[in-house]
Amino acid sequence: MAKPKVAFYWCASCGGCEEAVVDLHEKILEVVEAVDIVLWPVALDFKKSHIEAMKPGEIAVAFINGAVRLSENEEWVKLLREKSGLVVAFGSCAHMGGIPGLANYTTREAILANKYFNAPTVDNKENVLPQPETKINGHALELPRFWEDVKPLDEVIEVDCYLPGCPPPPDLIGSAVGAILKGELPPRGSVLAPAKSQCESCPLNESKPEKIAITEFKRLATSSADPKTCFLAQGFVCLGPATRSGCGERCIRGNMPCRGCFGPPPQALDQGTKFLSSLAAMLQANTDEEARAVADTIVDPLGTFYRFSLPKSLLRRRCEHKRT
Amino acid sequence: MSRRITINPVTRLEGHGKIEIFLDDAGNVERAFFQVPELRGFETFCLDRPAEEMPRITPRICGVCPTAHHMASTRCLDDLWKVDPPPTAKKLRELAYNAFMVEDHFLHFFFLGGPDFVVGPTAPAAQRNILGVIGRVGREIAGQVIRLRREVRQMMETMMGKVIHPVFGLPGGVSRGISEDERKKFQPTGKLALELAQFALKLFNDIVLGNKQYVDLVLSDTYTHKTYYMGLVDERNRVSFYDGQIRLVDPAGKPRAKFAPRDYAKHIAEHVEPWTYITFPYLKDVGWKGFVDGPESGVYRVAPLARLNAADGMATARAQAEYEKMYQTLGGKPVHATLAFHWARLIEALQAAERMVELLDDESITGSDIRRLPTATPEEGVGVVEAPRGTLIHHYWTDPRGILTRVNLIVATNHNAAPMAMSVEKAAKGMIKGGNVSEGLLNTVEMAFRAYDPCHACATHAIGRTPLELTIRNREGKALCVVRR
Repeated sequence: MAKPKVAFYWCASCGGCEEAVVDLHEKILEVVEAVDIVLWPVALDFKKSHIEAMKPGEIAVAFINGAVRLSENEEWVKLLREKSGLVVAFGSCAHMGGIPGLANYTTREAILANKYFNAPTVDNKENVLPQPETKINGHALELPRFWEDVKPLDEVIEVDCYLPGCPPPPDLIGSAVGAILKGELPPRGSVLAPAKSQCESCPLNESKPEKIAITEFKRLATSSADPKTCFLAQGFVCLGPATRSGCGERCIRGNMPCRGCFGPPPQALDQGTKFLSSLAAMLQANTDEEARAVADTIVDPLGTFYRFSLPKSLLRRRCEHKRT
Repeated sequence: MSRRITINPVTRLEGHGKIEIFLDDAGNVERAFFQVPELRGFETFCLDRPAEEMPRITPRICGVCPTAHHMASTRCLDDLWKVDPPPTAKKLRELAYNAFMVEDHFLHFFFLGGPDFVVGPTAPAAQRNILGVIGRVGREIAGQVIRLRREVRQMMETMMGKVIHPVFGLPGGVSRGISEDERKKFQPTGKLALELAQFALKLFNDIVLGNKQYVDLVLSDTYTHKTYYMGLVDERNRVSFYDGQIRLVDPAGKPRAKFAPRDYAKHIAEHVEPWTYITFPYLKDVGWKGFVDGPESGVYRVAPLARLNAADGMATARAQAEYEKMYQTLGGKPVHATLAFHWARLIEALQAAERMVELLDDESITGSDIRRLPTATPEEGVGVVEAPRGTLIHHYWTDPRGILTRVNLIVATNHNAAPMAMSVEKAAKGMIKGGNVSEGLLNTVEMAFRAYDPCHACATHAIGRTPLELTIRNREGKALCVVRR
């Protein structure tokens, strides 16, 4: 029997998801023996026309990481969707937009101006900006346009399942690949990680009191955390209650609070609002004003509660509304 | 008839690298352009974030060298909050950082850049990869290299929380120390790193230096650019990765400037071109004169060879001996041969391994004093480390609460953008004459790139093969032929 064909592809990403695959170490050799990798731009010779020539559904599974930001990303993922039986959104950026998705907090124009005009080291008196097409001595040089918004993968194509994390840990990658190869497919839309919140698997869970009462939020810049006590119980923002389990709590074991890269737990659509509802019960306040005063001690709620999920959230992006 | 050659993708990291080569009517190279068609805007979307979150946000610039961004950012926070970490915290950071340098440099040598030499620049493409290296060095050594990667990365994960996107850096120290048991567990990893660093140098010595053809290739004009060089040095002007001052030498090797990281903007400016998203840093006082080398051009280089050229020596004994040998063999300082970056990289890996062993033998590294809490009001900070691929600069401005109001980042591959474009152009000019495009061009162009270990190469570290496609087009854009490997 022919080996199942597998594709790996990346969009707007950092390469960390590729490193996570390499961190399977010798297990990657087992994967290579079990499947026929037909596309992996970092590792193997490939051609777009090679994929284009395939029959619809010929690729058993495509693992796609990175957010969708350039038109080229969109062309590629649509092609892979057509040719693949299964598409797995691999890592936080494909899943929810990830850290590059924080760009939805700002605008394309601001990004360009800060990079090419306002940066303290830039010397650009003629206000040169990178252009979609530049002619030099009659030769045309093209650059792709970058979009106003960063999109998660499922906003562009249908996604069968999601492998969360920034990056996904090797054990989850291994078990996901194993399950797919055995045909033990989870239902469409599944997140391939435990169906519980991170607090439930957190090594500090036993130190989490029944009722947390926060009078003021602390910052790690100016406070030190006790490695044996729940971060929320100490007054540090920790996204654990609003985050799915499965990461091995690596940040917590490094004595740093969770920032939510695994996305919301089951039954929660929006990570930020999920965290807000958990938080509401933790504010030590008798009146709305007192509650507001405690909440005001949280710096940057948007960039913290939606650190990895802004493009996928109910908010999607920041908009400027003029008051009339 | 003029022709156009497109090499796309060269490789990818933050998007693509793309090379466009234009031939004149005689079929010789008129110009070659190295384009980076991607921008993600970290400088802008980090605004309004609390500065202490930057060591957790900026590693996403690059998943191959996240530790470099994490450490530059953490050091920037020390400067921002004007807090000096306790000695134990500094040792822990330096240990994690040197472990990262060893792991990253080794991957480049064994998996990415090395195959060109270990297997051979003209070996069949199918063998010119890690599998070819395994064939050459034997399964036992290859197994040790893979084991070292696993052990070093496990050690980094224990110390920093995560190895891909670390979390332990905070202003004034680190979030987590190591126990005596952990120190003892890590010690053999340090020794293995040292053994393998020495082995890699011996391999380089036997295979490259023992072959006149290779030495000629390394020293050939096609791979030479006489530029300025920049790198961090310690108080004795020795190569330093984690800490120190920035030193500049001119193309004759004469020291030109030495300055604190905070003063980087007095010395470096960035030039903007309309045909690429990457900017081109140059020396401010010399000026931007275009894509040319020599003392009149402000183009400078960073990364291993540049660091060795910019320093007076190495910080450890074994590495120093190798440093002296390299300059003796290649005709004294400075060395302008781009392919010598590979040699310099191994000498650096040796220094990093020696530092790992030293730091792991120091029992005081298990101390509990790992953080000094900041008390000053933050305003502006600069953090500089030497990433494997060169000087990495993070510069933050905040309001009095430490909320970011302005961010400037000059990353390692950024500094080398102009030199890489020049090296690619020179390799192309050396290869393409009278319209004859040799298939060998592909690999020699790749070699011009690989010497810098550009960050775009990223996960190519794993397998060592950059997918390349070269299309030769006529002026109307019609493809005349496609070469692919």
